[in-house]
Amino acid sequence: MPLLKNGTVVEDRFVAVTDDDPLPDGVDVLVPLERWRTLHDALPPGRRYGVRLKSHQLVGEIAPDLGTLALVALELPKFRDGRAFSGARELRERYHWQGEIRAVGHIIPDQYLMLTRVGVDTVEVPAERLTDAWRRALGEFSIAYQAAQDDAPTLSLLRRHLRAGEPS
Amino acid sequence: MTHIQSRPNLAPDAHAGAYRYDAFDKTFVRERVAQFRGQVERRLSGALTEEEFKPLRLMNGVYLQLHAYMLRIAIPYGVLRSPQLRQLAMIGRRWDKGYGHFTTRQNIQFNWPALKDIPDMLDALAEVDMHAIQTSGNCIRNVTADHYCGAAADEIVDPRVYAEILRQWSTLHPEFTFLPRKFKIAISGSPQDRAAVQVHDIGLIATRNRDGAVGFTVYVGGGQGRSPFLAVKARDFVPEAELIGYLEAVLRTYNQLGRRDNIYKARIKVTVHEMGAEAFLNLVEEEYARLPRDRFRLDPAIVAAIESHFAPPPFEALPARSAALEAARAADPAFARWLRSNTHPHRQPGYAIAVVSLKPVGGIPGDATSDQMEALADLADRFSFGEVRVSHEQNLVLAHVRQDDLHALWQGLEAEGLGTANLNLVSDIIACPGLDYCALANARSIPIAQRISERFGDLDRQHEIGELKIKISGCINACGHHHVGHIGILGVDKKGEEFFQILLGGESASPAAALGEITGPGFSADGVVDAVETLVSTYLALRRPGERFIDTLNRTGHGPFKESIHAAA
Ligand code: SF4
Repeated sequence: MPLLKNGTVVEDRFVAVTDDDPLPDGVDVLVPLERWRTLHDALPPGRRYGVRLKSHQLVGEIAPDLGTLALVALELPKFRDGRAFSGARELRERYHWQGEIRAVGHIIPDQYLMLTRVGVDTVEVPAERLTDAWRRALGEFSIAYQAAQDDAPTLSLLRRHLRAGEPS
Repeated sequence: MTHIQSRPNLAPDAHAGAYRYDAFDKTFVRERVAQFRGQVERRLSGALTEEEFKPLRLMNGVYLQLHAYMLRIAIPYGVLRSPQLRQLAMIGRRWDKGYGHFTTRQNIQFNWPALKDIPDMLDALAEVDMHAIQTSGNCIRNVTADHYCGAAADEIVDPRVYAEILRQWSTLHPEFTFLPRKFKIAISGSPQDRAAVQVHDIGLIATRNRDGAVGFTVYVGGGQGRSPFLAVKARDFVPEAELIGYLEAVLRTYNQLGRRDNIYKARIKVTVHEMGAEAFLNLVEEEYARLPRDRFRLDPAIVAAIESHFAPPPFEALPARSAALEAARAADPAFARWLRSNTHPHRQPGYAIAVVSLKPVGGIPGDATSDQMEALADLADRFSFGEVRVSHEQNLVLAHVRQDDLHALWQGLEAEGLGTANLNLVSDIIACPGLDYCALANARSIPIAQRISERFGDLDRQHEIGELKIKISGCINACGHHHVGHIGILGVDKKGEEFFQILLGGESASPAAALGEITGPGFSADGVVDAVETLVSTYLALRRPGERFIDTLNRTGHGPFKESIHAAA
């Protein structure tokens, strides 16, 4: 499935593996939390790992493993289910995790800018929904009233210009 | 000299206590309207499904009602400047049927717009620094506040300052825009709560500690609807600098743990109730303890900058008592009656707070015509620094009127049918739209309010009865606040027929806040009006000197009241 980063399609280096598939050799894999639990004591080396969390699986569940993970994928089963927004914030703000955060599932372009502001790097979009709306969504607002994850901590709490990033 | 010469050029609302948009805010609102135009286009082209479009239109205030779309416009903490009120009048005339409806959340809604016109209506709003953002949807809604803010004699902290800060903070919040359910915050700054803080998802009472520093008593988990709860106290005193951080912790905990499997159990009140208040609040405290405090610290410089928007208007130095007022009071009994019910003490000597009733006898609670809105804007310019507030009880407030001017103001109101002397009396009824507009309704609500109001049409009789708050909802969603009415009326459906249950003993104001109890079987539409009259007669027979309806009810218990209406059944 196409993967968007900064509004453009990028290569997805991770192969999604279900609970039962054998692990393919030599590639980075993205596994569900349940599978991760069976793996993480004896990780075959030579590849990077990602975990996919369902919306009710809070990021605290993988907190002890974050050091060995390169990717956390947060699932929105319905775009209205906004738990992933808090999950991403927790990964960045509470666990100071620097790896890739990916939003997967049912997501609409109107959420894209907000997802990036809470710390999400990449968004998975079905090919048939890949329109220009995604890229445009990133530029729809030049202003925000809250701090985002990538803002300098010295900015004042409210009101900022998004692209320039200077306090107003 | 230059100062004096420049005065006549000042806009009549130059000193209105309202937040003024700067280029930053204006850009934001324009961008938001442009985004919504794009969303409407994508919906029409099929790029967005109706399921996907619905939450987006809701977050722009657009509802689909029984007969038509409805547009709900945000009036932040209920404060309007006169040019804004005139623009609302224009919108009502041009795109609706010549009136608007002020709501219990201090907003205004128009019940008859066409979807295609809505982006243009939003543009017209943006011209006067208004919008419909987050008046609906599962996000943080318009923050409500005490409608006497900045004027009440008993005020400790002006809640407008913090309501505006929260408005900004919650506007398109990147983390909290897809919550399990809607989220309502109310703030009061007086010991006498006038914002019903304990029936909100978060209720704040702004206060000062012994050193004079501002902080907030925080209540969490209140709400009405089908399972009503009073909010529990989370903190006695959150210092000003920590307000945003603490609210972030509450919202983040709720966003992750609130139920998403059942819309009726998704409000924070259910999360708090099901987990237990202590367990929930412990999680909030843990979350708060690990938040990066500096990042969320509310800088005193920001508070000061916002405060400057709400500087007191240039009051005149006046004697505490107005001779002109006393003369008019003595000469005109109808005016004296209005003064008694519809004015409130002001902190500034020689001034008063005047409340404009939107509950004329037999009228629709909260409705105002475009003509009335324009007349009110003019009266506000003449008598109250061009400022009008909307109260959560669906009335309008002119907050800073010279006592010398009260008689002229009242005459101006009377001429527009806005001078009804019934504030807090039996005909000052809150009623939801009910079956006349709402797709969810089981029963009519507005016609019941009209009939009760007509039954007690004699204003002198209403004054004799005294304070009595009747609140009516057309279904268990409780938009008419029946749980917190002294007398609450709930419309239910019984085998396809509408019935009305009566609740007794509710109260919206903290610390006396209470939920009413159902008295017994329901009544027909005729029967419920009779029953209200019987309850009033029972009170009049039982009351001791100085007791309000609710006082007598609390002293005697519900027994005699219940018997009086259910004995015959
Ligand atoms: S209480 Fe029910 S009938 Fe009344 S407005 Fe709310 S949902 Fe509609």
